[in-house]
Amino acid sequence: MATASTTQERAAELNVLARKQRSLWGDALYRLMRNKAAVAGLIVIASAFLIAILAPFLAPYSPIQIPQNPASQMEPLWTGSKYTDPRYLLGTDFLGRDIVSRLIFASRVSMVVGFVPTAIVFGLGVTVGMTAGFFGGWLDQVLMRFTDIIYAFPDFLFLLIIVASFRNSPFGKVLDGLMLIFVAIAIVGWVGVARLTRGQVLALKEREFVEAARSVGATPRRIMTKHLLPNALAPLIVTAAFAVPSAILGEATLSFLGVGIIPPTPSWGQMINEGFPLFSANPWAVLLPAICISVVMLSFTFVGDGLRDALDPRMKT
Amino acid sequence: MLKYTIRRLLLMIPTLFFVALITFALAKAAPGSPFDRNPDKPPRQETIDRWNRFYGLDKPVHEQFILYMTNVLKLDFGISVVRQRPVSDIIGQGFPVTAQLGIQALFLALAVALPLGVISALRQNTLVDYGSLFFATVGTTIPSFVMAIFFIYIFALGLKLFPVTGWGTPQHMVMPTVILALGAAAFLARITRASMLEAIRQDYVRTARSKGLREQVVIVGHVLKNAMIPVATVVGPAAAGLITGSFIIETFFSVPGIGREYVRSILALDYPVIMATTLLYAFFIVVANLSVDLVYGMLDPRIKVAK
Amino acid sequence: MADLLEVTDLHTQFFTRDGVVRAVDGVTFQVAAGETLGIVGESGCGKSVTALSLMRLIPQPPGKIVKGSIMFDGQDVLKMDDDDVRGIRGNNIAMIFQDPMTSLNPVLTISRQISEALELHLKMDKSEARKRTIELLELVNIPSAKKRVDDYPHQFSGGMRQRVMIAMALSCNPKLILADEPTTALDVTIQAQILDLLKNLAREFRTAFILITHDLGVVAGMTQRINVMYAGRIVEKADTGELFANPKMPYTWGLLRSIPRLDESRKAKLVPIEGLPPDLIAPPPGCKFEPRCQYRRDVCSEKEPELKHIPGAKADHEARCWGTQEGGWLVDTDWRREIGDTRVIEEIKQETASVTTTEKPGE
Repeated sequence: MATASTTQERAAELNVLARKQRSLWGDALYRLMRNKAAVAGLIVIASAFLIAILAPFLAPYSPIQIPQNPASQMEPLWTGSKYTDPRYLLGTDFLGRDIVSRLIFASRVSMVVGFVPTAIVFGLGVTVGMTAGFFGGWLDQVLMRFTDIIYAFPDFLFLLIIVASFRNSPFGKVLDGLMLIFVAIAIVGWVGVARLTRGQVLALKEREFVEAARSVGATPRRIMTKHLLPNALAPLIVTAAFAVPSAILGEATLSFLGVGIIPPTPSWGQMINEGFPLFSANPWAVLLPAICISVVMLSFTFVGDGLRDALDPRMKT
Repeated sequence: MLKYTIRRLLLMIPTLFFVALITFALAKAAPGSPFDRNPDKPPRQETIDRWNRFYGLDKPVHEQFILYMTNVLKLDFGISVVRQRPVSDIIGQGFPVTAQLGIQALFLALAVALPLGVISALRQNTLVDYGSLFFATVGTTIPSFVMAIFFIYIFALGLKLFPVTGWGTPQHMVMPTVILALGAAAFLARITRASMLEAIRQDYVRTARSKGLREQVVIVGHVLKNAMIPVATVVGPAAAGLITGSFIIETFFSVPGIGREYVRSILALDYPVIMATTLLYAFFIVVANLSVDLVYGMLDPRIKVAK
Repeated sequence: MADLLEVTDLHTQFFTRDGVVRAVDGVTFQVAAGETLGIVGESGCGKSVTALSLMRLIPQPPGKIVKGSIMFDGQDVLKMDDDDVRGIRGNNIAMIFQDPMTSLNPVLTISRQISEALELHLKMDKSEARKRTIELLELVNIPSAKKRVDDYPHQFSGGMRQRVMIAMALSCNPKLILADEPTTALDVTIQAQILDLLKNLAREFRTAFILITHDLGVVAGMTQRINVMYAGRIVEKADTGELFANPKMPYTWGLLRSIPRLDESRKAKLVPIEGLPPDLIAPPPGCKFEPRCQYRRDVCSEKEPELKHIPGAKADHEARCWGTQEGGWLVDTDWRREIGDTRVIEEIKQETASVTTTEKPGE
């Protein structure tokens, strides 16, 4: 008497489903925008991005040139100490360079270090993980053993070893050491992403829609790109959101230890490294980059948490 | 259960082997040597040759590796190139310090995180909850050396409560321990809270209430037991994380632990120390990962009692 | 003599971000001592929420029992303080939940989970409680009860676990047991066993039962009376036999008609009730079933009917429908013949077919 379609039509007729329905991604976006912390984080990150791009126009002085008659170790103007110089809003470092300009240019390093290696990590990790998970067999086994080994290394120390080993080589000097840092972060990071993707693929592989696609004659590549990838995307996006600050932190720590960016190029970690010996005398040279790092890290965390809540409806706390 | 443990322990060996291999390869591939630390006054060639012979660095690379591994089995980790002392001495001196720091931090972290996580879950959306969420976010996000900077500025330079660097007296230990504990506490609090929230939503809680049990009995007798399982499994890796991650704090506060020594050896390309410490750290991490499954097996009857 | 349980005009609501969900919207019924009442309805009709309200197990935010009275054994449960309510739970009223796997605590032995109530309400000490627990397990037909009493829930099969839940509910000899879809999560063969067990226990211990289910087959053999619920209200109530023989409300017809039958021809299509249940936040103004009802008239969308006795039916048979009230258009309807039930049409066809071949009509 009645079939499924008739019921649907009737329901539509009766306007029983009164509330609007949104698509999956639209729903996630909506929820993300409602999360105030995440929105604040996005604004901060966007600003940092802008500052990084517009650095040469925003910075009042050169970040690396040592002025003729340096006024070194000046304090920020608002501290009211007698060691201030009206030319330098936030003071100067031990070589007399303006801190404002250095902070602004250092944001470039952070932004680049955050996004570039993450892109590499994900491009490589997702491809390998998906292939391993989908085809299984020896490729999968090899990948698993490999990840076990990498996992045995403490993340950061592995990074440190790679960087420290090669920093004196010609490769290590490219882009003031940035290239080496990119490569090191990528080497350490792609394994985790590959593993995550593989796990997702394994779970999704057995679902009916994959079987359906296969029975229609879809090639493995098509299945992987059009079917598996979109469904696996959610946790990957969240991981990416946390991978960026992790990379930024990695660079900051490396620079803090003295093996990161090659001076005189500024990075926030580098500024801490240089200012630390004079901490008690000139604390703000260290505090300000520390604050910058904290703010950026917190922003990414809020965004990452927001994404996680928005994309996974079950995890409402 | 026992068979599983033994199998996992045996799997550890090839893993550690590869860790050693990779570290060795990296150290060898690195340009430069520990001998040319002073670029203005390079040592004479015959001195270098003598040192190379002494440290076995003139032999082919794979021979060096085999030689190294056989020595490891005899628990001989060689001599530090930089310090001219047996590596086992260096580790023997530094490790207890790191261990003490790590254990103190672990206890502090647990003492703070567990109650905080539980209370925060029970009093969702109240001040305590928001406070602990804030704490968890800040603790896991802000890197430890940045935290250390703020702490030193406020407590050491500002309030002059603690010395800035050094180790030995209780005052020296406070800041490093607290900062190290911070990250772990934030992480553990987060997990505890999430686990409690998950457990409290389960059907069996409704059943317990339907039997007329007081809320307190329900929480302690039914919910906590379930909620603590994931937390307990995570303690092992947390401890390993503290021990292997203390190097920044140690460098910062000049704590004479193995972490600080490790950083120095990496920067100076002191292979014997690098190898030995890497193996030590990897060992801890692998054991910690194994402990996760074991603890699960011990605490969760669904796994403990095979059908 | 007053009934064991008298529920009057119960209203339970949930306050959500999207609005107030009127899950139980004015429910009144009674259960006498030793009687088994069935509450039947689709998912979301409010039957489970009714049961939970009886024990005040509704989670306080976001839920709230906003109106009504629940007189149990002469006392109003809704007016009791928390300690007294806890005294009743598990003791005078007990509940059996739908999914025994998730309703039992996986990290506690079943001995502990059953003894808890015994120790709390009957003040037994550990050894007494343990003895009683083993007795209870044997009562519900769990083999090797003595050995299995220290096992964990996951070591039992689904049917066994439900028996454990039943044992748990029985432990303090409650006067009333609420069984919320007790067999829905079980295999069909096990279902029969569990229902048998419940029936025997009801008879032996003279316990009153409220059996909540969406499965009409379950209530047919188990209950003395049935309440049919829809959208938070009772829409038909009758003695069990009367309900199956003479259902009067279109929704009940829909339920009965939609049961697939083994003796149906394979070509016959399934007959669901068209449409979807109403939005409980903004329900339609008139009769809540009106949008899906094939017998509706204008009055149905204007005003909501009251639950009233049906003229011509047995004394306790009431329905909430304009068509079944005094002078209504559905009062004399034999639902099977009138409505074009496909099976009945087949039967009629066959009857008439045999008449034309062998007999002259009218003879």
